[in-house]
Amino acid sequence: MRVALFVTCLADTLSPAVGRATVELLERLGHEVVFPEEQTCCGQMHANTGYPAEATALARRFVRVFGADDHDAIVSPSPSCVGMVREQFAALARAAEDEQLAADAAALAPRVHDLSELLVDVLGLEDVGAVFPHRVTYHPTCHGLRGLGLGDRPLRLLRAVRELELVELPDATTCCGFGGTFSIKNADTSAAMLTDKVAGILRTGADVCCAGDASCLLHIDGGLRRGRAGVRTLHLAEILGAT
Amino acid sequence: MAFAMSAARAEVLRRIRDALGDERAPAPPPAPAAAAAAPRVADPVARFTQRVGDYRAGVTVVEDASEVGAAVAAALTRHAAADAVVPADLPAGWVPTGIAALADDPPLPHARLAQVGAVVTACALAIAETGTLILDGGVGQGRRAITLLPDVHVCVVGADQIVGTVPEAIARLAGTPRPLTLVSGPSATSDIGFVRVEGVHGPRRLEVVVSRRA
Amino acid sequence: MSGFASAARAGLDDPQLRRNLRQATTTIRAKRDAAVAEVDDWEGLRTAGAAIKDAALLALDAHLERLEANVVAAGGQVHWARDAGEANAIVTALVRATGADEVVKVKSMATEEIGLNAALAAAGIAAYETDLAELIVQLGDDRPSHILVPAIHRSREDIRALFERELGETGLSTDPAELAGVARRHLRERFLRVRVGVSGANFAVAETGAICVVESEGNGRMCTTLPDTLITVMGIEKVVPRWEDLGAMLQLLPRSSTGERMNPYTSLWTGVTPGDGPQAFHLVLLDNGRTTALADAIGRQALRCIRCSACLNVCPVYERAGGHAYDATYAGPIGAILSPLIDGFERHATLPSASTLCGACYEVCPVKIDIPSVLIHLRGRVAREHGAPPSERAAMRAMARVLGTRRKYELAQRALRTAGRPLSRDGRLERRLPGPLKPWTTFRDLPAPPEQTFREWWRSR
Repeated sequence: MRVALFVTCLADTLSPAVGRATVELLERLGHEVVFPEEQTCCGQMHANTGYPAEATALARRFVRVFGADDHDAIVSPSPSCVGMVREQFAALARAAEDEQLAADAAALAPRVHDLSELLVDVLGLEDVGAVFPHRVTYHPTCHGLRGLGLGDRPLRLLRAVRELELVELPDATTCCGFGGTFSIKNADTSAAMLTDKVAGILRTGADVCCAGDASCLLHIDGGLRRGRAGVRTLHLAEILGAT
Repeated sequence: MAFAMSAARAEVLRRIRDALGDERAPAPPPAPAAAAAAPRVADPVARFTQRVGDYRAGVTVVEDASEVGAAVAAALTRHAAADAVVPADLPAGWVPTGIAALADDPPLPHARLAQVGAVVTACALAIAETGTLILDGGVGQGRRAITLLPDVHVCVVGADQIVGTVPEAIARLAGTPRPLTLVSGPSATSDIGFVRVEGVHGPRRLEVVVSRRA
Repeated sequence: MSGFASAARAGLDDPQLRRNLRQATTTIRAKRDAAVAEVDDWEGLRTAGAAIKDAALLALDAHLERLEANVVAAGGQVHWARDAGEANAIVTALVRATGADEVVKVKSMATEEIGLNAALAAAGIAAYETDLAELIVQLGDDRPSHILVPAIHRSREDIRALFERELGETGLSTDPAELAGVARRHLRERFLRVRVGVSGANFAVAETGAICVVESEGNGRMCTTLPDTLITVMGIEKVVPRWEDLGAMLQLLPRSSTGERMNPYTSLWTGVTPGDGPQAFHLVLLDNGRTTALADAIGRQALRCIRCSACLNVCPVYERAGGHAYDATYAGPIGAILSPLIDGFERHATLPSASTLCGACYEVCPVKIDIPSVLIHLRGRVAREHGAPPSERAAMRAMARVLGTRRKYELAQRALRTAGRPLSRDGRLERRLPGPLKPWTTFRDLPAPPEQTFREWWRSR
């Protein structure tokens, strides 16, 4: 299968290891990865901060870049960005009364997958042959959990990893407090949420906190490092890529 | 005042019409499927008594109407009620001997009702799924105040009055002109730390007597 | 910092409040989840609830006129109020006309919203709150902080101290049962004496004129049954078209709200009934900004709200900041959308941003209000119509330009790396950066921009 990587601006710029792991994992599984280099950003931050005009322009750009049919599927290591393309593009198109964008977004939506969806639903895999001899706890990010409804797909993938000890995160489904510009505009409340999330992670005794969204991981990692907690954060792709 | 009120009425209605523009609903939609097609309850009496019990109300099941009086007496004794107000049209056999029964006819003052130990009534309907009694002021139920002020409420339910679900009960009550009170367990509050406490205002104790046959 | 962010400080800095809220919301979440899990087709029921409320809203004028006609036919009187001042004037005049100088009140968000108690007090009329939590708030001269449990921010110890101070009680314990008993003794005499009752309404049925009040303690029955005169103040969005709609709503509300199969007491009445209950009934239909909300095609779904408060109980922001941080009648996620929509953006411009868009609120909403989408929509309205901070607008525009072409985007990536280099140590940026990143780096580390972006790696393969 030929898969186009939508790496997201945040992972491209700040967490390149997530993108590398995604590519290496899919190639190890025998698939071809293409990277449309014109891609920048899906516009999620603009949309969610109240700048739909700017977001709509980025959405139009996105459907142009990924609209080519030289690939079978699009994969992203970020459920929130997948949700943006699958759900919010349509809302932006409605608000802007842009029928072309609406049609392009509708055509694109079913082809865009979160990594765990691609692996489990499209490729029919749970065991990707990974080996990761560590104690791991998993934080289901909000847009993955409630937006995309990923359910236990990421956990099924993790459970199949050899030598990995999966430990349950207390209050796992509670938001880490990132919320994009929320973490800037309401920094104190965001920090209070992060403090509780970090405390939950520490209670598990895990060496690694895993999540499926690079942005939430950046936030949690920032809290863990500031507290010198000694717990690493890794994206699901990085663990599934380990052999 | 009358003019101001009618001006307000006209303006609120105009604002609504302006707000909706041409997005008005053409007609009420059909009945929502989920509400109408609530699943049937297999054994309504068993479900009802279990659910009433969950509210920490007392439940007694008797085989037929001839046993109701004794069950009511036992319920009143459990709560040491020396007297009970009764609706004027309560079936005679339901009021046990040995208890001072006060008929609410003519209507008793509220202050007097507040001093009575208990009230004994029938009900209009009951809901198995939620353990709910429904009073509609019909036969054997009296006006609302009598089931509100005494400390113990003993309510007699016929098995044939128990419906399965909330939507079934609502459907059966359509067109009733009288006030309705749906009672699900005794008065309760969770206002202090979300800890449920039974018995704030109204009857602190609820006793339900279910009669399998009339 | 302004608005929510600064108002949240008090709650965030109060560990006792955080413990109270955490304990209470954890308890109620578990109860709600269990009550909802019992229902075979909860999703279908939610869909029905949303459809019922939408049907009411999209023909609101017709349903209100029908409700009015049916209430009048049953011997009640109907009054219309454009705003809070008009509603308060109507209620004050109605109470005065009875000759009474005191009223007993059922907990009602609508009367809280219009500040009825203060208006009555100014007219020399005492309003006694009878819901236990409202009593606690009133005795403490406090503000409600939760839609269902207004005194959720108060601990048992607080309440004991308050009752001892205000009600002349001595030797009380912190046992909730004992404290509830105090409220019973204190209020019983008032229920028997006061001749005017004031309530809100959970639902009003256009088709029949029935008014529905849902409650737990029995204080609602007292207030709607014992007085000679009953005045119900109802937001116009509370109307439902048909009697049978109650079949869905009376399942959705208690299970979502207190996590019970059914709340202890539900009262329904239509106009007046000879020989039973109040012989004078007045229904005050309140707009007070609701028609403004109705005019917002995306925001109007907020008017479906049945005030269950399930969204507050699952909201991680509410749990940490507390209800007072919203500085509004309606707190929590629903308050963050409802307050600006009905009470204006001037006072509530920061509320739509007081959310991480985590979606927990939408998941539990019994009438499927898509709160995250409405929040996003309202953020747009704030930015467009009400003036976002110029620095934010400039930053957003600049970033949109950068992200608009590959060339600028890649230049920016390199510029970021160059700028970050002198500030980097061990793969992370120095602590406490100035400028827009200050709030982030006060609490968290930021990784230093890596030496190679993903796309540079891709090209180098």
